[in-house]
Amino acid sequence: MKALRKLLDNIKPHVSKGGRFEMLHSTYDAFETLLFVPDRTNKNGVHVRDAIDLKRTMMMVVFAMVPALVFGIWNTGYQHHLALGESASFLDNILHGVLRVVPILVVSYATALGLEFGFAQMRKHEVNEGVLVSGMLIPLIIPIDTPLWMVAIATAFAIIIGKEVFGGTGMNIWNPALLARAFLFFAYPAQMSGDIVWISGLGSMENLPDGFSGATALAAAVEGNISNFSFMDSFLGFIPGSIGETSTLAILLGAMFLIITGVGSWKVMLSVFVGGYLMALVFNLIGLNPLMQVEAHHHLVLGGFAFGAVFMATDPVSATRTEQGKWIYGFLIGVFAIMIRVFNPAYPEGMMLAILLMNTFAPLIDHFVVQANIKRRLKRAVVKA
Amino acid sequence: MELLNIFVKAIFIENMVFAYFLGMCSYLAVSKTVKTSFGLGVAVIFVLGITVPVNYLLENYVLQEGALSWLGSGFETVDLRFLSFIMFIAVIASMVQLVEMIIEKFSPTLYTSLGIFLPLIAVNCAILGGSLFMQERAYANIGEATVFGLGSGVGWLLAIVGIAAIREKIRYSNVPAPLRGLGITFIVTGLMGIAFMSFMGIKL
Repeated sequence: MKALRKLLDNIKPHVSKGGRFEMLHSTYDAFETLLFVPDRTNKNGVHVRDAIDLKRTMMMVVFAMVPALVFGIWNTGYQHHLALGESASFLDNILHGVLRVVPILVVSYATALGLEFGFAQMRKHEVNEGVLVSGMLIPLIIPIDTPLWMVAIATAFAIIIGKEVFGGTGMNIWNPALLARAFLFFAYPAQMSGDIVWISGLGSMENLPDGFSGATALAAAVEGNISNFSFMDSFLGFIPGSIGETSTLAILLGAMFLIITGVGSWKVMLSVFVGGYLMALVFNLIGLNPLMQVEAHHHLVLGGFAFGAVFMATDPVSATRTEQGKWIYGFLIGVFAIMIRVFNPAYPEGMMLAILLMNTFAPLIDHFVVQANIKRRLKRAVVKA
Repeated sequence: MELLNIFVKAIFIENMVFAYFLGMCSYLAVSKTVKTSFGLGVAVIFVLGITVPVNYLLENYVLQEGALSWLGSGFETVDLRFLSFIMFIAVIASMVQLVEMIIEKFSPTLYTSLGIFLPLIAVNCAILGGSLFMQERAYANIGEATVFGLGSGVGWLLAIVGIAAIREKIRYSNVPAPLRGLGITFIVTGLMGIAFMSFMGIKL
């Protein structure tokens, strides 16, 4: 530890103001703050005495995603062997999953971090840890068979157009990871949908056992075959789907972690689930197409609903900032997610698009909440004539 | 049910701004604050809600082939469709004059903050677009045409108010200097369009 500190102290003069490598300052700063607690304190102004900072917050989110990631790795192998009709041990499944998931993770992190460091040097802002979250989220919400170059392009799109043009972490309007997903979805629809992209290493339909369907639960629900996927299987996650989104249980573990540490807003999570549940109940009453007849509690564990509610909707940057706004925002996400899912057979994955849509209107919700607050307080104020 | 269908479709699925990118000039220029853009949005709803049904009547009783048959049997083959642009524009221009007078009377602050863009509603492509879409889609009755006009207006209002709130928020962002102002607004519009693509293909 001491040697490390010494090494950093030795480098410091070169990258400080006036040094030879001044332009690399933010890179140095990133590594220093990653390894050591920063010792800078404010000399004036407001002091908030709290150990939590952006770095800590973002790392918490990354930790919270670990259960979903680990389960996703296992499930990748499990679905692969299941589809080919081979029996495989637990270790086989994990091994296959690691071989498939880790390259995606590496590509997305390399692209995201590379761009973030580059922009930090050029625009002279600090390297922010928000990029660690985006780099982790992107692999978790894409189909396992996405080609690696697509992952790289989508990540680059998310970081540059989704974040850096607005001025970096904390300024973006839309969740960058969701933009990456939407970008992939609309730019390469052929590779992003269909029945075989959800399970690793199938290649084509031909070499598969008869009667096999690799469709996700939602795609099956469109056909009215939701009974192939029991509630318990969907809840535990033994179903095909994007890497990290299948197991609601693993996601709930992460959610608990986020709520206990106070990083994620429980208001948003709760209201998303409530909104989705109520909307699904309403559709149950109407029951016109097979998706409307899927039971309300079953809707909540299918597709990306739980993952979106816990990790995407709660993103503090792109969500509403006001407390009442969070209830409205979350509720509308749930409502729109189920609505898009039910009415739009082309995009059964409504959750991601619903969150993007509400990200768009989050500033507007905030605006109205603040205006209402101002009005209420003005009424209270006594104007002396 | 059909009316509701047309209304929802006009707001979300065939949104004037995000599906057709119509009415961009005032959308980009007046979207600096939520309050002003809300005022302009309401004016657009008003104008669309009046001009589309009025133009519908014109289309069906004057312009279409055979529309003039109520004058007598000699007019059954008259086709005045080549006049539709000029007729629609005339209706729109006069309606905008009306709106302008009303706003000036009842809300002088909004009148001054909208400035030149209020009379420019007359040449807002979303308004003429509304009338032309009405002609192209051949709505069955005047009720449907009115609902379509109002829905398009509401969709436009939603778009401009949404982007105004976003622009109020990114005023404090460290946007790269070359992109400040209209540049970032265009990018935001495009990304909003992606978010609205979730509605494409919805069949009600």
